Amino acid sequence: MKKTPLYERHLALGATMTEFGGWTMPVQYTSILEEHRNTRTLAGLFDVCHMGEIEVRGPQALDLLQWVMSRNLADQRVGEMKLSAITNERGGIIDDVTVYKRGEGHYMVVTNAATREGDLEWILRARRERGLEGAAVTDRSDAIGKVDIQGPLAQKILAEIAEGDLETLRFYHALDTRVAGMPALVSRSGYTGEDGFEVYTEADRIGEIWDLLMRIGDPHGLKPAGLGARDTLRLEAGMMLYGNEMCQAVTPFEVVYGWITDLDKEFIGRDALRKQKESGVRKKLVGFEIIGRGIARHGYPVLSGTEKIGEVTSGTLSPTLGKAIGMAFVPVRFTAPGTELEIEIRGQRAKARVVPLPFYRGRK
Amino acid sequence: MAKPNPHDRKYTKEHEWAKADGGGTVTMGITDHAQELLTDVVYVELPAVGRKVRQQEPIAVVESVKSVSDVYAPVSGEVIEVNRALEASPELVNKDAFGEGWIARIRMDAPDELEGLMTADQYEEHIKASPH
Repeated sequence: MKKTPLYERHLALGATMTEFGGWTMPVQYTSILEEHRNTRTLAGLFDVCHMGEIEVRGPQALDLLQWVMSRNLADQRVGEMKLSAITNERGGIIDDVTVYKRGEGHYMVVTNAATREGDLEWILRARRERGLEGAAVTDRSDAIGKVDIQGPLAQKILAEIAEGDLETLRFYHALDTRVAGMPALVSRSGYTGEDGFEVYTEADRIGEIWDLLMRIGDPHGLKPAGLGARDTLRLEAGMMLYGNEMCQAVTPFEVVYGWITDLDKEFIGRDALRKQKESGVRKKLVGFEIIGRGIARHGYPVLSGTEKIGEVTSGTLSPTLGKAIGMAFVPVRFTAPGTELEIEIRGQRAKARVVPLPFYRGRK
Repeated sequence: MAKPNPHDRKYTKEHEWAKADGGGTVTMGITDHAQELLTDVVYVELPAVGRKVRQQEPIAVVESVKSVSDVYAPVSGEVIEVNRALEASPELVNKDAFGEGWIARIRMDAPDELEGLMTADQYEEHIKASPH
């Protein structure tokens, strides 16, 4: 099991640790609910060193990324980051990633923890097959450390130790700057639905940034938050999780990633996706809320009459909304908001209603 | 840190407690150690009053934001009362697992079963020996 550079700090904070994507990660420090609410109202600090960073550089860097990514990156400007899917020949999602353009011919692809090695192999294979040797691909995951600071007070706290103007930094934009005196990449983005920042620096220095943020943030109410809160926060914000909502058997059009799939440019999986778009998808991911009691969980069946029509991909009790929410795959005719569904919760049927995503919108 | 396990009751390997009320009934719930592992309890599915249960049969479900766990009957018998307060305030399980967070009362079929459960000291050892 791999440990992040912040592992000892989590233990010292009394975190409950768990296995996630091959890593030992903190689930919670005090309470998932407390960490969730603290992030929504003040600020939360997350260890995300387990995520992967793949650098793509050189004159053919853009060509390679265009071939690998569902998103059209042709118009991406330096300093912009873009969400994209990596798809296989069948259009199935290999991963969902963010792509930072750090300079002309200089990109950083941020992957999920469990998919990092597969992504790297996939990109290297694509490079070989397309003969794009003018793109240097380097796995920087072990060398780069990353923390996310999220919540309404994130900017105020981070600004105390970060150079550059965070206030005017736009959402999904990044700044090459210094944090705590160290070179760092800071983007205004995250995975919680709140305002917030992702901070990248060298892995062996990330602990210093963590410690400083904890100390400076303390009077503002900054508290560390674990994977438990990360999951409930992202779900409320309608954000999908690889492994729950996405896998290689699912295409961008079946989840809510049609908008990052550009069929007008060439990329791996485009032909399959074009066909799917023409014929229409059969099933689609929706958000739902439970009417009445009970909580639907990953894997619970969705029913119509006596027939199983789908499956829950994620579900929890929303700490902010106080009701049970979740996402599920259902046939297209059940996807209109307001549609009533039934979900089998341990042998009992619970009524649920399709609702638009996100469940919660916090960021201004 | 979990609260100490009271000596006035018995314990199961699955982290339930059962306390004799006198007159052949027990009150049962989950231990403080169990609620700590579960994290914030957000929902408790109670058994039906009048239900006949056998020792070690799942009778209730405790859900936290992150997981779902079965609660097992510490003894065989009939469920004669359930803690309705948990429907509105499931967090009582976190706050007071050994008191206000009780789950059900059972009229015992075989009071010997209670004697066969672990003492507080044995349960303490059991927690130390298991990884969780």
